Amino acid sequence: MAADLTQAGPAGAPHLLAQVRPHQIVLGLFLLAYPLIASDFWIVQIGAQTLFLGLIGLSLMLLAGYGGMVSLAQTAIAGMAGYMFAIFGENSANLGLGWPWWLVLPVSVLFAVAFATITGFLSVRTEGIYTIMITLAIAVAFFYFCQQNYAIFNGFNGFAGLKPPQVFGVDWRAPYPFYYLALAVAALGYFGVLHLSRSTFGIALQAIRDNPRRMAALGFNVRAHRVAAYALAAVPAALGGLFLVWFNGRISPGTINVGAAINILVIAILGGLGRPIGPFIGALIFVLLDNFAIDLISRERFNLVIGGAFLAVVLFSPDGVLGLWDKLKRRLAKRGGA
Amino acid sequence: MKLFLLTFLNGLTLAALYFLVASGFSLVFGLMRNVNLAHGSLYLLGAYIGYSAIKWTGSWYLGVAAGFFAIALVGLLLQLLIFRHMEGQDMRQTMVTIGLSIVLADIMLWIWSGNTYQFEAPEILTGAVALPLVKIYPMYRLVILGASIAIGIGLWLFLNKTPIGMMIRAGVDDRAMLAATGVNVPLVFAVTFAIGAGLAGFAGVVGGTALSIAPGEDVRYLLASLIVTIVGGMGSIVGAAIGALLIGMAEQFGLAYSPTYGVVYTFLIMVLVLAFRPQGIMGKRA
Repeated sequence: MAADLTQAGPAGAPHLLAQVRPHQIVLGLFLLAYPLIASDFWIVQIGAQTLFLGLIGLSLMLLAGYGGMVSLAQTAIAGMAGYMFAIFGENSANLGLGWPWWLVLPVSVLFAVAFATITGFLSVRTEGIYTIMITLAIAVAFFYFCQQNYAIFNGFNGFAGLKPPQVFGVDWRAPYPFYYLALAVAALGYFGVLHLSRSTFGIALQAIRDNPRRMAALGFNVRAHRVAAYALAAVPAALGGLFLVWFNGRISPGTINVGAAINILVIAILGGLGRPIGPFIGALIFVLLDNFAIDLISRERFNLVIGGAFLAVVLFSPDGVLGLWDKLKRRLAKRGGA
Repeated sequence: MKLFLLTFLNGLTLAALYFLVASGFSLVFGLMRNVNLAHGSLYLLGAYIGYSAIKWTGSWYLGVAAGFFAIALVGLLLQLLIFRHMEGQDMRQTMVTIGLSIVLADIMLWIWSGNTYQFEAPEILTGAVALPLVKIYPMYRLVILGASIAIGIGLWLFLNKTPIGMMIRAGVDDRAMLAATGVNVPLVFAVTFAIGAGLAGFAGVVGGTALSIAPGEDVRYLLASLIVTIVGGMGSIVGAAIGALLIGMAEQFGLAYSPTYGVVYTFLIMVLVLAFRPQGIMGKRA
């Protein structure tokens, strides 16, 4: 546990520390204390799952919110990291290369970044809806490739028996360590993206989103910025993907099919693309609906519930739940002022 | 040689089916800039409605008609209730139609369950025909091919040679000017959308007869439509035909000669097109 807290440290680097606002501290304290008041189901199934799905959603938020590029390939990129973890590490089919964890983890993330860079090169030639189409096609091609390829990806079955590496003698799959690890990495991702959005690169990326021609005229390399955004966004996606395979204990083509890609889109849009907290809110709603749709309506009808919620949000509040919140705040402020 | 010819014919008939679905998608997108990612759901819904109509009336032709008209009506409603309110907002249309397709898929699963359905075309259209070199070939597949060629030519004539087609093309180029000349633009667009959607429903019944209908087909045909339109170019009937031919052939030849990676060829074609001609083979936009 102590290791996690120090791990979260670098994210809140000194100059960022000054920007931390009271409600972030309250939320942070709540998230740290959360396992003390929750059962194992709520810690792992709801808590940790929200955090790592939020991480994958965060990668889409970074691309779509700051870069204006809606990519449906983020699940495939997360899946790439998961697959590489299975292939270079150990799995129950004895097909893994059995490399040590300190090598497997960075290699998995690097493969995901490489995959995302190629995806970026292909899709930055397109804009708007075309980007959605090509990234969707790339995601589906990767899905089919994994399903058909037995030599490397073990085809339809994929890999089972995946678990987080045993480091410092801690069983990272146990509820407490798993939750805190997910929390630390999610915090890292959250503050990382927040920091990025205020960096020179992040500002340039947002300017390119708003007016690519003007930025090109000013001498910025629009394409290079966009490809770099894909590569950077692969990092939270890959980390989320690793948690996903640790959580499921397995990875197969089903993990990265069209439905999974759409789910990540739903998570990002539900929460809102405006700020990095959005995807985590979206993930929380998604996970809660996923687990409790059974109680709302029959258990088979989860897609109807989540699809309906998604539809309501895109129809009535294009900025997601965050947009609703901002609208509410504005209205309250107006009433207070009057 | 026989395998080659058979594969060629299979590719041709698959392309015909893809063309039927994709031409509607391409028409609606290319001409009206309406992004309808629920197009695959319209295909599947058409197939299910056709199946139920055939079971109820006993007539295959009525089933085909039901598929076309019911989905044309659904398309009309989509245009009136949704797209009209978000004109020019590509991203929002995309999101809303993705949401719709999730909801529609689940409702269809609810009504028609997860079973696979198959139904028969009338006898005149089925059976086998003798062809040189390949000996026999299913008659019905040739019927699909013929129907789709006829529809393709019809669509092209409709768009290029009739007054309504002229209005549609003019509305795309300069909507305000067309409205100023006294044309009821929203009506023209509603009609176009209804035709595009109806084609998907028609393809659903016709394609469902040739293959089968089951959950998941919506995504398959949506993807096929997307790739065909990316390769062929948006809003071009000729482009949709070329795209459908390339993709149908790639899929069938891939399946016959290297079954493992058949799907990857489709993808390769798309990457090549995007690399050298991002607007698609017949696309006009730079």
